[in-house]
Amino acid sequence: MQIPELAIDVSHLVTHYGSRKILDDISFQARQGEIMVIMGGSGSGKSTLLRHLLGLHQPTSGSIRLLGKDITQLNADQMYDLRKNMGVAFQGGALFNSMTVGENVELPLREHARLDENTMRIMSRMKLEVVNLAGFENLMPAELSGGMIKRAALARAIVMDPRLLFFDEPSAGLDPVVSAELDELILILRDAMNMTIVVVTHELESAFKIADRITVLDQGRILMSDTVTAVRASDNPRIQSLLNRTPRNEAINPDEYMERLTREIF
Amino acid sequence: MDIQIEDRLPFKLVRLSGDVDLHSSPRAREAILNALKLKMPLLVELSAVSYMDSSGVASLVEGYQTARKQGLEFGLVAVAQSAMNVLKLARLDKVFPIYDSLDEII
Repeated sequence: MQIPELAIDVSHLVTHYGSRKILDDISFQARQGEIMVIMGGSGSGKSTLLRHLLGLHQPTSGSIRLLGKDITQLNADQMYDLRKNMGVAFQGGALFNSMTVGENVELPLREHARLDENTMRIMSRMKLEVVNLAGFENLMPAELSGGMIKRAALARAIVMDPRLLFFDEPSAGLDPVVSAELDELILILRDAMNMTIVVVTHELESAFKIADRITVLDQGRILMSDTVTAVRASDNPRIQSLLNRTPRNEAINPDEYMERLTREIF
Repeated sequence: MDIQIEDRLPFKLVRLSGDVDLHSSPRAREAILNALKLKMPLLVELSAVSYMDSSGVASLVEGYQTARKQGLEFGLVAVAQSAMNVLKLARLDKVFPIYDSLDEII
């Protein structure tokens, strides 16, 4: 299987929601087998960036190359094919409540592959073993704890052995022990499968533990995209305030502020 | 993916080579299960496998369990690194009988 060295190559990405610019000139790369952590506070644009990486939104301008293909230029069929190489573990799990854990994990196989029933069941149970949910396949999502939901969602995301794995806020809402276990699992997956993994998080400790490189977003712009060591050593005041958890105290531009409050009124 | 089936008495030997993935693994599964219908112990040789995904490993699991139910010996031989990584991920390297080479068992 031919795999381009750059698994993800985002170049000069600009996006708007309505007239408001959300992402401004975002460029970063991730190599095959690399864990890229996207960090930033609430409203920094990290979820929007993730949604664009998944091809859920069309950007205003710029390109997003995944596994060598510019997804802003793909038609629906081409995007469907590419998605078979992508796994996503959503922040809230996004499990189907009417299906058992096992049925949820098998779902991508039923949708995308033609495999024997036994093969699909063994594959989904293998992935439940990997995430330490062996034997829970007959439970309903409502019967799971928060950490179990995240792990079930991860099992579903990796059931097709994707080249690219996206994980939105693996630690959010979990106790420190469970979240450390998930971090460990992300590292194991990368080492075993050479997956390229993008993790969106605002948890510093988790980011430093798993990342090969960190992209720090702030108000829709990239503050820095570099190694863990370089980000830790950065003297950029915004990065330092993120690291030290100090509240931001940014200058207000009165003209822009008034324009935002009164647009389409005056 | 290519499949070769040989007699290496007392074993039946299934050699898989190339990519054992979502597209090709159903053929590997069929070859393994058909070979087991002959009621002979089975070895699956994997040295020329360039890539094996979970569907390939699932086929090996099903083959192994089918053999166990019939009291037949089953083993993996010369497991290529990429396949070994997938086995290890699910800790199956501790479950399958695994041999470094055919000489080790025949």
